[in-house]
Amino acid sequence: MTIQQSVGVFRATADDVQPALRVIELKKQFGPVEVLRGVSLTARRGDVISILGSSGSGKSTFLRCLNFLEAPTDGEVWVSGRHVRMREGVAGQREINALRARLGMVFQTFNLWSHKTVLDNIIEAPVHVLGLSRGEAIERAEALLVKVGLADRRNAYPSHLSGGQQQRIAIARTLAMEPEILLFDEPTSALDPELVGEVLKVIRALAEEGRTMLVVTHELGFARQVSDRIMFLHQGQVEEEGSPDTVFEDPSSPRLRQFLASHVGALRS
Amino acid sequence: MMNMQGFADQIAIGAVTTLQTAAASLVLGIGLGLCGAAAKRASSRATRSVAGAYTTIVRGVPELLIILILYFAGTAALSALFGRYLEVDAFAAGVFALTIVFGAYATEVFRAAIQAVPAGQIEAARALGLSRISIWRLVILPQMWRYALPGLGNLWLTLLKDTALISVVGLDDLMRKASVAAGVTHDPLTFYSAAALVYLLFTSISLVALAALERRSYRGIRTA
Repeated sequence: MTIQQSVGVFRATADDVQPALRVIELKKQFGPVEVLRGVSLTARRGDVISILGSSGSGKSTFLRCLNFLEAPTDGEVWVSGRHVRMREGVAGQREINALRARLGMVFQTFNLWSHKTVLDNIIEAPVHVLGLSRGEAIERAEALLVKVGLADRRNAYPSHLSGGQQQRIAIARTLAMEPEILLFDEPTSALDPELVGEVLKVIRALAEEGRTMLVVTHELGFARQVSDRIMFLHQGQVEEEGSPDTVFEDPSSPRLRQFLASHVGALRS
Repeated sequence: MMNMQGFADQIAIGAVTTLQTAAASLVLGIGLGLCGAAAKRASSRATRSVAGAYTTIVRGVPELLIILILYFAGTAALSALFGRYLEVDAFAAGVFALTIVFGAYATEVFRAAIQAVPAGQIEAARALGLSRISIWRLVILPQMWRYALPGLGNLWLTLLKDTALISVVGLDDLMRKASVAAGVTHDPLTFYSAAALVYLLFTSISLVALAALERRSYRGIRTA
C-alpha cells in the first residue's frame, strides 16, 4: 500500500462546493471575560488558513473551542455539511467525540503519552475510536512514520526523542485518525530554533498535499508561504482577513500593522 | 532458636489469616480509593462533597475506633435485620473496616497521582476522540501508578500492621494467636518476638516487591 492510499489525498476540486469547515459566531466567555466575541470562518477543502494575533487575542482558544477542549459559550460549526451547535449540553458527548475525530489537533507541547512507544502512541486512537484492528492500525502507522521521516524510531519512547521528532510523531498520531481538518496550535513554539525547520517541512508537505488546515503560528514567514488566507485576531474578534500578500504588504488595520512591525524579524526568517 | 512450645502451627495459621485479611483489604481498598479519587474529580459538587466527607472523617478518627464502631454497628444492624442477636463474622468485619480505612488514604494518594499525569496528555486523548473510559484505561491508570506506588507502598505496610487491630474483635490473626500463646505459656516475650519477626518478614518481602514494581513503572521514562 502506498502512503497516498493509506492516508488519503485531500485535493480541492472545482465541483467541491460545500466548505470543509464553516464556523459561525463562535463565542467563549471565561466568567465576565469575553475571550471570543463571535469569530466566523469558512475554509474550503484544501485551504490553509493561518491565524495570527498577539497573546491574549483568542487564537488558541478559537482552535481549542472548535473541538470542545474548552467549552464554547455559543456558536455553530459545520464540518463537511454536518452541523454542531457549539454549546455544552446542547452538543452531546457522542457528537463532541465525533467532531473531535474529524478535527485533528496538534499541540504546542506535543503531548505524546510518555509511557507508550512511538508506535503505540499512533495506533491507540485508530484502534479504540475508529475500530481498526491492530494490524490495520500498525500498517497505517508505519506509512505515516515514513511520511514524517521517523520510520526507524517506531519502538522508541517519547522521552528518547528530540522535541522536533516528538512533534513529528504527534503529527503522525493525529493523521492516523484521517481527520478532515488539521488544527495546529503553535506547533513550533516549544521547539529549539534549530528544530523548527524539520516540523515546518512536514506541515508544508501536508499543505501541498491539499489538506484543509488551520494553523495558529508565530512563524510569519512560514504563514505567508503556505497559507491561502490569513486571519488576524485581536481581542477575540477578526480584525483583518485576506490573502497573505494583502495582509502582509498592505494591511488596513493599524493594529495589524503594529503587530507585523513587532514581528519583522520573524517575517524575514 | 526460639522454643515455640507447640504453638508454631497456630502462629503459622494466624500469619496466613493476617495475609488474607491484608490482601483482601488491599484489593478492595484500591478499588474504593480509585472510586474516591474519581469522585473527587467529578463535575458534580454533591459527589465531591461525599468523597471529601469520607476522607476527612476516616482519616480523622483512630483506626481502632473505626474498627470497633463498624463492628458494633454491623452487629447491631444484623441483629435488627434478623430480629435476634447476630455477631458479624470477624474476618468480614476486619476486611470491611480496613478497606474503609485504606480506601480513604488511597483516595488521597490516587488523587495526587492523577494530578501528576500531565494534563496535556489527557487533553491529547480527548482531542483524538477517545472516550472517558478509554482515557482512564490507556492514559491515566498506567501512568498514575508511577506516582501512586510510593504512597501506596507505605499504605500497604500500614495495612499489614493494622490487621493486628482486628484481633480486638476476635479475628484469629497473627497478633491474637501470639497473644493466646503468650497467655497459655506465660512466655510473652518469645511469642510477641516471633510475631514481630513474622510481620517484619512480610514487610521486608513487600519492600523488595515494591522496589521491583517501581522500577517497572518507570519504563520509558528517562531517569537522570
